[in-house]
Amino acid sequence: MTAQQVKSHSIDMSSVLRDKDVSQQPTETCIKVENLNLFYGEKQALHGINMEMQKKKVTAYIGPSGCGKSTLLRCINRMNDLVDSARIEGKILLDGDNIYDKSVNVAALRRRVGMVFQKPNPFPKSIFENVAYGLRIQGINDKRVLEETVEKALRGAALWDEMKDRLNDNALGMSGGQQQRLVIARAIAIEPEVLLLDEPASALDPISTLKIEELINELKEKYTIVIVTHNMQQAARVSDYTAFMYMGELIEIGTTSELFTNPSKKQTEDYITGRYG
Amino acid sequence: MIRLWFKSGTPWIWLNAAAVSLSLIMVVGVLGLVIERGVGHFWPHQVNQFSYQEPDNQPQIIIGEKVDTSITPASMAKSTGHVMADNADTLVQYLIKTGNRDVTGTDFRWIQERNIKAHSEPSDLIVIERREWGNFYGQLLEVKENGVTIATGEQAWQVLQTKIDETLAIFKEITHIEKKEVGTINFGLERLRLKQRKLELENSLDDVAKQKIDAEKAAFEAEYKQHQAKLTGLYQKLRSDSLVAKTESGSQLVIPLSKVVRVFQPNTMSLLDKILHYGSKVVEFLTDDPREANTEGGIFPAIFGTVMMVLMMSVIVTPFGVIAAVYLREYAKQGFTTRLIRIAVNNLAGVPSVVYGVFGLGFFVYILGGNIDQLFFPESSPAPVFGTPGLLWASITLALLTLPVVIVSTEEGLARIPISIREGSLALGATKLETLWLTVLPMASPAMMTGLILAVARAAGEVAPLMLVGVVKLAPTLPLDGNFPFLHLDRKFMHLGFHIYDVGFQSPNVEAARPLVYATALLLVLVIIGLNLAAIVIRNNLREKYRALEG
Repeated sequence: MTAQQVKSHSIDMSSVLRDKDVSQQPTETCIKVENLNLFYGEKQALHGINMEMQKKKVTAYIGPSGCGKSTLLRCINRMNDLVDSARIEGKILLDGDNIYDKSVNVAALRRRVGMVFQKPNPFPKSIFENVAYGLRIQGINDKRVLEETVEKALRGAALWDEMKDRLNDNALGMSGGQQQRLVIARAIAIEPEVLLLDEPASALDPISTLKIEELINELKEKYTIVIVTHNMQQAARVSDYTAFMYMGELIEIGTTSELFTNPSKKQTEDYITGRYG
Repeated sequence: MIRLWFKSGTPWIWLNAAAVSLSLIMVVGVLGLVIERGVGHFWPHQVNQFSYQEPDNQPQIIIGEKVDTSITPASMAKSTGHVMADNADTLVQYLIKTGNRDVTGTDFRWIQERNIKAHSEPSDLIVIERREWGNFYGQLLEVKENGVTIATGEQAWQVLQTKIDETLAIFKEITHIEKKEVGTINFGLERLRLKQRKLELENSLDDVAKQKIDAEKAAFEAEYKQHQAKLTGLYQKLRSDSLVAKTESGSQLVIPLSKVVRVFQPNTMSLLDKILHYGSKVVEFLTDDPREANTEGGIFPAIFGTVMMVLMMSVIVTPFGVIAAVYLREYAKQGFTTRLIRIAVNNLAGVPSVVYGVFGLGFFVYILGGNIDQLFFPESSPAPVFGTPGLLWASITLALLTLPVVIVSTEEGLARIPISIREGSLALGATKLETLWLTVLPMASPAMMTGLILAVARAAGEVAPLMLVGVVKLAPTLPLDGNFPFLHLDRKFMHLGFHIYDVGFQSPNVEAARPLVYATALLLVLVIIGLNLAAIVIRNNLREKYRALEG
């Protein structure tokens, strides 16, 4: 990147960040990560992470590919349990309780911490059944309750008006952007406290991306949201707090406006001005 | 130039195309042969009458259907001892089906073309399909009732038609009574005998129980007496009629109508008559029991047994295979042991099927079945119930034989399901079991069906192991009937594959039965295609429903 481009880049950022100062608003810690280390076999992927995420705010993880931001995200709902070689040290506190405690029911935890993945992954079922899936697992089969919840969730994901006549169609017939919003609807149907979004818009076209970002802005009124993104403008647009990670370490976390306009670490500055990554 | 041609890859394409065409030609050839030989069997062929005179012999009349022609070069024919004219280059011989086994001792004879003095197709020649001694060819002389002639000459044919219809109706009634009514009584009596024996063994046969059993027995016997009386009457009626016919040699033969299945005059039949005749023969083939050591009549019990056995096998193999595959793929720790198990399973598919038959006989029939008999059926000893080959053991043996196929394809299906789908389900708070049950297994169901299709294809064609564990030449009863508990897993059954072998190579009259071999083979192919098509339709529906995510 030439100096000129870097300059325009940062100007672009500041325009996005204009109304982003959250430092004055009252906050409440929702998730607290304490000294978290994660190993894949011998290889250490996360190094002593300490951070807090605030209730009903959007926290974004940014950083170059392979820096461990997705891995950290997946620690919050224990998705890394599925990887045989993964071993975790340290604590993650959700409302003060360690989710890695032996007594924790993982399925119940995942009901509290929903997740949306990079690629839309609807089940090969009808749209209705996709959204009702989480409820059916909880043993809710009352048709009226299901219908109400599905409508609420689809409205919440800004999908109701498009899909209300097609609820019995197969979800795989939807477009990518619709599928991703369906997956979000599926996640919020079971009313989690936290929503983890793992690069939710990276497989989508710009218009679908915009819709997802608008949706995130609406969702943060009800949910604590953690989003991984490799798109810095996106992080700047949607998040209240931003964490920059590099090589499995948390370099810096702060309010989004501060991190983008006035980073305290040299590495952060280099990354957001596009000098590497 | 040639090198360029080789480099272009064209020879490779030609090679592939040639291989494909060769395979297609072979498949079409096999099917074509089977269809050509099998389908023609039921067509009413013209019956010829030859005046035949061998050198130095009296002239004689030969009546029969021309079945085959052979042309032998003169030198070869002479060296094998045939007497022939000096100036002829070739020896032309016809194979004539002359029938009348009870008169001449054989069904077929070869005649030489040069000895045929005259050839005609008289319209009054009749063919009689009989319940024993094979076909009769000759001329109808008269019809008799209770030994008294009631029609001769032209009239005889008309009278015979009505008489035969009557006789066949009576015969049907007799069969019904003997099989259904008397069969049920016998079944009930046998049950009572076993009940009494069981009580005796338990030392609890008191007077009350004995009286009750005796009363039931008496009821059955009274019922039987009724049927018996009716049967006697029917049999008398059945035996009263007969026909007199003239054979090719001029001798007269009395044939009781009770032995006649069908009479027709092929030389006077119109095309429509022939088509109708053909249709009725095909229906008989598909729906009737076999006659005359399986060389005549139908093969319904074999069709039924084959389908039944395959269905039972499917019911057994699918859950076992799926459960094993789910454990291997989803739960077992992937490592040396699982790899070893997988290799072992794959190798099981390569074990010769007769080995499974031996295993089934040794383990299932004798050890398992023997112990089941000792524990649960002591009253029927020494007659075995499950300690003898039967439908259940045949199905289980074939299930074992096809298990690897189901396991392998289910495992592949499970492996193909994207991890993102599993993660999606788990992230919604589903446990591993719920994820498997609600998402993964339904999505893998097309693969399971593929496994089942392969299993069915393999099992329906197996004969060797079945001969050891339950298939018989002739089963008196079907494994499914109206007597409780309806499905009799301990019964022996008939099978199309074994039927082919038995009819073609073990029957007393191989030559006459050969077309039946082709017809049965064709039917076996059709049954397998039918079973497979059913499974394929189900699979395609499932596939459409659970279309996996792209990429």
